[in-house]
This record gives sequence, C-alpha cells and structure tokens, in this order.
Amino acid sequence: MKRQGFTNLARALLLASTALLPHSAAMAAEVNAAVAANFTAAMKEIVTAFEAATGHKVLASYGSTGKLYAQIVNGAPFGLFLAADAARPKRLEEEGKAVPGSRFTYAVGRLVLWSPAPDRVDGEGTVLKSGEFSRLAIANPKTAPYGTAAMEVLEGLGLEAAVSDRLIRGDSITQTYQFVASGNAELGFVALSQVALLPEEKVGSRWLVPQSLYAPLQQQAVLLKEGAGNPAAVALAEYLKSPAARAVIEAYGYGTE
Amino acid sequence: MELEPILLTLQLATVTTVVLLSVGTPLAWWLAHTRHWLRHPLGALVSLPLVLPPTVLGFYLLVGLGPNGPLGGLAEELGWGSLAFTFPGLVIGSCVYSLPFVVQPIQNAFEALGRRPLEVAATLRAGPLDRFFHVALPLSRPGFLTAATLGFAHTVGEFGVVLMIGGNIPGQTKVISIAIYDHVEALEYGSAHLLAGGMLGFAFLVLLILQLMNRRMARASA
Repeated sequence: MKRQGFTNLARALLLASTALLPHSAAMAAEVNAAVAANFTAAMKEIVTAFEAATGHKVLASYGSTGKLYAQIVNGAPFGLFLAADAARPKRLEEEGKAVPGSRFTYAVGRLVLWSPAPDRVDGEGTVLKSGEFSRLAIANPKTAPYGTAAMEVLEGLGLEAAVSDRLIRGDSITQTYQFVASGNAELGFVALSQVALLPEEKVGSRWLVPQSLYAPLQQQAVLLKEGAGNPAAVALAEYLKSPAARAVIEAYGYGTE
Repeated sequence: MELEPILLTLQLATVTTVVLLSVGTPLAWWLAHTRHWLRHPLGALVSLPLVLPPTVLGFYLLVGLGPNGPLGGLAEELGWGSLAFTFPGLVIGSCVYSLPFVVQPIQNAFEALGRRPLEVAATLRAGPLDRFFHVALPLSRPGFLTAATLGFAHTVGEFGVVLMIGGNIPGQTKVISIAIYDHVEALEYGSAHLLAGGMLGFAFLVLLILQLMNRRMARASA
C-alpha cells in the first residue's frame, strides 16, 4: 500500500517535470556555436549582450574554420557556425548539413601584418621585402582562411620562396597571434580584429594589407541542421544581424554588409 | 607516403633518447643510492611530466624558450636565436617530457641490484668507475633497454608539447603526430590513415619486441 503511494508520487513528479520541460525550453534554450578563431574577442562581447537580452545560453567553441568544418561534417553537435570564409558554410549547405538559405555575411575581415614592437612594421609592408626578420607567423593556410589570405599576399608580392623557410604556422589565427605577441616570431599576419582594440602601450606597429592583395574575407554564418529547431540558435543568428551586434563587429575593425 | 615527418620524428626520438640516457643515468644512480634529503623532492620533480598535461609543459617552454624567457635569452646571447619553433627547442621539450620514462626504469634497476654486488666488487679492488661499468651496468641491462625503448616511443608519441612550441614547420618541427593532426583537419583522411596506421603498427611492434627481449634477458640471467 505504502509502496503504491510512492509510485504514485514518483509518477506525479515525473509528470510535473515533463510538463515543465518544453515550457522552459521555449523560454531559454542553449546553443553550441562553432566560431572562427579571429572572431573570438568580438563574439565574447556579443554573447554577453545576447544572453542578457534573450535569456538564452551560448556555448561557443573557437578554432580554425577548417577544423570546425571537419568537426561539423563528422557530427559535432553545433547549432550555428560562424566561419572565416564563405566557402565552408556553402559546402555545408550543399552537403545538406546546414539549413538552406540561412547563410549570411556577418563580417568582412581584414588582414594585417603586425608586430608588438613599435617601428618594426612600416605602413607599406616593405619589411617583408627587406627580410629583416627571422620568423614570420601565419595561420595554417589549409585550415584557416586568414592563413590562405596571407599566402595569397606573399605570392602576390613574389616573396613566397624568399620567406618559405622562415614561416611558422599557427594552428589557428589565435595561436598565430600568440606566437607574435609572445615575441617568438617578430611579425605575423593576423586579423585586424585582434589588434584593433589593443591598449596604447601594446599596439606595436602594423601594415593594413591592401584588399587588392587577397580575396575578400567574407565571413559567413550558417544555421546548421542541428540548430534548425533550436530557438537559441535561430535567435543568435538573427541577433548577429542586429544594429547592436553590428556596432560591436565594426568596433573590432570588421566591415559589415 | 610522406617521409619528411617520419624521418624528423625518428631523428627527434633518437636525439632525445641519447641525451636522456646520458643525463638520466647519473641522475638515476644518485637517486638510487643517495640518502640525501633532496632525493624526495628531486624524485617528485622527475616524475612530474607523468602527471602534468602537455599543455602545462608547452606553456612554460613557450614562455621559457621565447626571446624574453631565460632559456631563449641565453640562446640569443650565444647567437643561436630563440629556441621555440626549432628542432633544438623540440629536443629540450621532449627531454623534459620523456624524462621519467628513462630515469625510472634505470633507477629501479639500480635499486633492485642493491649494494651487495658492488661491495663484493670493491673487496676485489675494483675502483668506483670499474664497479659501475663492469658490474652495475651489465646487471642493469634490462632496465636500460626498457628506458631507451620507452623514452624513444614516448617521444614519438608526443603531440601537445610540439603543437604549442613547434609552429608546424615542415622538416623542422612537423613531426608525425602533427602531420596526422594536419591531415585530419584538412579532411585528408587517406594520408591520415597511412600515418596513423603506421604509428599503430610501430607502437605495437616496439612493445612486443620489448616484452620478448625482457623475457629472454630474464631467462638468461636466471
């Protein structure tokens, strides 16, 4: 008899909890976002504002675009993908891993040649031709679009062979930046967003690479199949297009469309 | 088949093993025989790489080998340039990372040997060096074999440290584990399979040979 009462209680609790579930999901959901490394700092600001505005929760994973793409192809549970290029989101769409028509450009990246030392890099990038450095850091061209762009610049300037034995490759643009910031490489091609908001004493010297020297870094986001039914994923994609998010994105030196 | 990362890995593991055997043997000898209070902290220090995440080592090496770090600064003074992203830098990292794998088997062998054979040799007028080279070393051979194999194999299997202080330079710091990682990231699964399968076979063979040799040696000395 007593046992009967216990099962009834358990059943009631179970019912109550299941009744709560969809309700709470509608109110606040959680989204896993795969974010290109160059967008790390901007994304952190955007996430804070987004969470405060909507009550949703964002779990962001930062890495090179190629790595994240490979993880998504292999079934990683990401709801939204913010890439550093247009090619990989497009491929995910074609492969049926993303929601058709959900692709949009959230930022346009700029490449800079940067050194933490003042006067190291001139505004023309002639330091590359003079060869007065022992190490030049770039992101891995195979997996990081900013690395691909850096190689395009070197090829365009005809310096590819000259610097090939002095190139060190970061796993992503974040590691590349760290190689340069820590002084292990004197200079490196990094994202403008990484050095746009540095304090005066750390600003160093840089050459903003002319956009004619590399294919535009159209950074596209796409809603993944995993996130199609997730209100948090959909809301985050929308939020990226909002004036509030755009203000942050532009503050970091990106262009917006 | 890419030979460059394979040759580089074998080169790194060989150099590391040789360096560690020369540094690790006196250290193991001292740890096995001393009564000094320092043996406990030093023993713990030697074992640290067993439990530390490679990222801890990678981080300190990056800071230490960089131009602003003590080791990197010293290398700059000597005109070697900074050590991060160089083969010598990887050797230093691997030596720290594989240290316990070399020191501990040798130390265990020395401890198992005990003082008795050495005392007997001393009564027969063998000098300290003579005792070490003609009594201690031959009797501790299995320990040395284990140490060399484990040190070598562990260095071949290194990844985290190299990822952090290597910079992925072909022919310089792009070892097999990094090459596999690179292929997987770029979705080049065919090449990744080749290298990964090769590593798997290699590791299995090394451990199998080690087991068989240890058994033979145990029988020979029994």
